[in-house]
Amino acid sequence: MTLALYVPRASPVHRLPAGAKLLALAVGSVLLFVLSSWPVVLGALAGVLVVGLLTARLPAAALWRQARAVLWFLLALLVVHVVVDGWREGLDTGGLAVVRLLTLVLAAAVVTATSRVSAMVAVVERVCGPLRLVGVRPARIGLLVAMTLRFIPVVSERAARIREAQAARGGAVRGPRALAVTVVPLLVQVLVLAHTLAEALDARGADSES
Amino acid sequence: MKTRDLTYIALFAAITAVLGLVPAITVGPVPITAQTLGVMLAGSVLGARRGFLALLLFLVLVAVGLPVLPGGGGGLAVFAGPTAGYLLSWPIAAGVIGAITERVWSRYDLGWAVVANAVGGIVVVYAVGVTVLALVLDLGPGAALASGALPFLIGDAVKVAIASVVAVQVRRAYPVIERPRRAATAS
Repeated sequence: MTLALYVPRASPVHRLPAGAKLLALAVGSVLLFVLSSWPVVLGALAGVLVVGLLTARLPAAALWRQARAVLWFLLALLVVHVVVDGWREGLDTGGLAVVRLLTLVLAAAVVTATSRVSAMVAVVERVCGPLRLVGVRPARIGLLVAMTLRFIPVVSERAARIREAQAARGGAVRGPRALAVTVVPLLVQVLVLAHTLAEALDARGADSES
Repeated sequence: MKTRDLTYIALFAAITAVLGLVPAITVGPVPITAQTLGVMLAGSVLGARRGFLALLLFLVLVAVGLPVLPGGGGGLAVFAGPTAGYLLSWPIAAGVIGAITERVWSRYDLGWAVVANAVGGIVVVYAVGVTVLALVLDLGPGAALASGALPFLIGDAVKVAIASVVAVQVRRAYPVIERPRRAATAS
């Protein structure tokens, strides 16, 4: 598993603060829906491609992978429009919707590929700042993300160990039942682990931290 | 919220991420990815509040650009796509499953587990997911259900069964949801 979808480069796009890029993405997507016309949408698509491929020097594969994920839906969208509205109008309105959606997906992919996970987490913490008023501690979000990232290899390693132990006893099961017989001991093990981790954190004063 | 609640929340966000790595099991023509199993387990094991927050945390991981969706997917792009509704429904689904589970906790058995997981994991997920799909793709309700719900029904039924069996056994071995306290001393 690659560590993140971030693609390291030394470019002006990468140097922009993550918050600014997210804000631009949000404003841009609203504008794209409000000013939805062929010249605007095609211009935005060209702009996103220029910024992503030329300015940020992202590999085309990084953008293609995100576009590929929605490709079938875009095709289906076009087909539905043609069936409902007929060739001429269907291609016009449907094509516009397809290009608009593709532009949004690519723009989001550019923001993701040019912003470090840590910078994005910092933005999330800042956005959640006002929630302090209702008793949420935004600094906890970074801790939660860090704990989750640490838990991911632990959980998959424990799962592999349980499967090995069961195979060693000759009790290998396949299919959906395999999930059930692995997941129960796995959950109990990692729940105990999470409990122990909480005690360790409390012993080190995590409870009093703001 | 205690530190233990935080570690449980992080744990189930991680479990959901790991389930995205499980290779898809193919039953008939439709591949089943195991990730919604994480949604059901989070609700069934942690209860409403922590289950909701665990899946919300998982969505934060997706949004900040970690490849935790099946096939290494992730990033903001998935929230602009037509399947965003399914993702956004996950915290709600886990919350609903948790709320039902907490309500019947003292007489929780396989039957109740199936009810909770089916209502949250199928009804809630499809309601939000298919609605967003229909809005984004401009489909009628019939076409949206045919493309966004029917193909996944068998797979999701299997997942409900697995999650329910697991939830009942985990409740017996290591119950996390606390018994609702009867006010024995006060009132």
